[in-house]
Amino acid sequence: MKSGSNLEKVLTSGQFAVTGELGPPKNADAEVIRTKARLLKGCVDAVNITDCQTAIVRMSSIASSVILMEEGLEPVTQMTCRDRNRIAIQSDLLGASALGMKNLLCLTGDHHKFGNHPNAVGVFDMDSIQLLQMVKNMRDEKVFQCGEELKGTEPTFFLGAAANPFADPFEFRALRLAKKVVAGAQFVQTQLVYNLERFTAWMQAVRALGVHEQCYIMAGVTPPKSIGMAKYMKNNVPGLDVPDEVIVRLKGARDAKKDVQEEGINICVDIINRVKEIEGVAGVHIMAIEWESAVPEIAKRADLLPRPG
Amino acid sequence: MIVGQRKPIQEIIGMLKGIKKILILGCSGCVSVCSAGGEKEVEILALILRIDRKKKGEPVETMEKTLARQCDTEYLEELKGEAGNYDAILSMACGVGVNYLADMYPTTLVFPALNTSFMGVSEEQGVWSERCAGCGDCVLDRTGGLCPIARCSKRLFNGPCGGSQNGKCEIDPNVACVWQLIYDRLKGLNQLEKLKEIFPIKDWSSSLHGGPRKIVREDLKL
Amino acid sequence: MNDVNQPDIVAFCCHYTAYACSQDLQNLPQLGFPENVRLEILPCSGRISITRLLKAFEQGADGIYVAGCKDDTCHNVRGSQIAKKRVDYVKDVFDQLNIEPERIEMYMISREPNRGFIEVAEEMTMRIKKLGSSPLKGK
Repeated sequence: MKSGSNLEKVLTSGQFAVTGELGPPKNADAEVIRTKARLLKGCVDAVNITDCQTAIVRMSSIASSVILMEEGLEPVTQMTCRDRNRIAIQSDLLGASALGMKNLLCLTGDHHKFGNHPNAVGVFDMDSIQLLQMVKNMRDEKVFQCGEELKGTEPTFFLGAAANPFADPFEFRALRLAKKVVAGAQFVQTQLVYNLERFTAWMQAVRALGVHEQCYIMAGVTPPKSIGMAKYMKNNVPGLDVPDEVIVRLKGARDAKKDVQEEGINICVDIINRVKEIEGVAGVHIMAIEWESAVPEIAKRADLLPRPG
Repeated sequence: MIVGQRKPIQEIIGMLKGIKKILILGCSGCVSVCSAGGEKEVEILALILRIDRKKKGEPVETMEKTLARQCDTEYLEELKGEAGNYDAILSMACGVGVNYLADMYPTTLVFPALNTSFMGVSEEQGVWSERCAGCGDCVLDRTGGLCPIARCSKRLFNGPCGGSQNGKCEIDPNVACVWQLIYDRLKGLNQLEKLKEIFPIKDWSSSLHGGPRKIVREDLKL
Repeated sequence: MNDVNQPDIVAFCCHYTAYACSQDLQNLPQLGFPENVRLEILPCSGRISITRLLKAFEQGADGIYVAGCKDDTCHNVRGSQIAKKRVDYVKDVFDQLNIEPERIEMYMISREPNRGFIEVAEEMTMRIKKLGSSPLKGK
């Protein structure tokens, strides 16, 4: 517990944790972060700040994290391997820790082919597992990746990773999480859960390896905002599994002249209630990007409020 | 082999502006096998350039020659005493050949006619694909013989990312996820245990990131 | 041959197609085969090379075509399909050189006594007349 992270405190205390997500703006306007932060405040234990998600240039995760902290929220700073080599990553992480960031989510990163700079070099000096290992060694062994001693204050992050139970090959997915935990992951946030059957099967495989006792697993959720969005996620987002049932529910609401967004929130709350019942699920990660205003309602209805601390 | 592809015609034409006498130099090595820069392609390119210049009323004199290889001192020396006769040499070899021509003939203009694409295989007539990235420190013993550096879009070392679906890579449904292939192969070989080990961060100094590479074998030097 | 009314056209023809259509090549003028079309007989249209097509153009042809069998009746199975790929290659080259790709064409003609062989020659002559002489001949 040397990170001093609130998220770590909540998870360690055995309470069901809640994290949110905030996508920084494609400009230099700090106010965008502040506005979104205020919507999430009090509803979550920490907020992920994406690192140029989908490879689109945005305000940096570390800079945005500072603004978030000024608003009194705790960031989960994200770091990908796509844009920086080991020199840049270690340098940035020393800085992030010095600025007071306590949680770090280690990712390989979305490929830049679909971003707004598809002609860029993809750095990929290491992958997410090697990144976890490198940061863990900086923290626990006080060494840089090269083996040189890190003299003085080391970065003390609570280390997180991502996992996608819906990607292939399915049989390898729990094993891959186990590798991430060995490498240093203390908490994990999953890809969006809509297919509960597959998520349950994955959790079973995770428990069989005992991984749920070695790290905190947070299920990723998001409210579908429209039928179009649900269809888009189903058909166009690699690694996402959206069963027809979700689209049927949204269409049902539309046909009954009810509010589709309201039904989206209901779907999200139902999923949270169901993952809560699964052994080994320690929290939820609500990714309502560009719909941050839905988070308080979801948290309230899913009985996640008030947040501790 | 090294797989290459001829540059767009207009790009080549642009390079050769003002050139009146040119040697189009093919290579009978890899680029001949992949139908990009062998004798036949030299003849075609020469015709294309002459047609273009004739149309513009600025004729060009083309000489055609194809060497056994352009990556070997022995064969490139064949141009001694001749290289000075041309305004430029348009090499249809891979980038190696173009470089070596420039190294050996410092006063002759040298241009590339090909893009050197990758090291790969000929899957079938007219289809080539990449297999090796030439990283200088082979890892294939640990990945079932299939390369995650050349064939994984993110160069992952520890198994498929979250974008692997139905055996395909997230960047393109026509690209196989090499980690799915590695998984399937190791499963078939009863070696899945290998994937449980964490593959440590790679030393890239043996690749291009360590500067230009060179091998000297004292046992073979004369 | 700079006369727009008499374009210089080179036709590379499959031996089988040419004979099946005309019975005897000597008869062609009587059958109305245009005089401005120079026939070059190949054992199979698949034998045509990109080089030969380009050379014909370099040497002054205003138009070029290859006549082969319908793609399912080729004596050598894929001959005329291969010829079509090579014609398409040259069309693409022409396009990149800002030369009308219509100056080269592939015709697949049924291998029976019929006027098809003469019709394509007429069709090509008409087409090239409209396009004018080869841009390689200067204005």
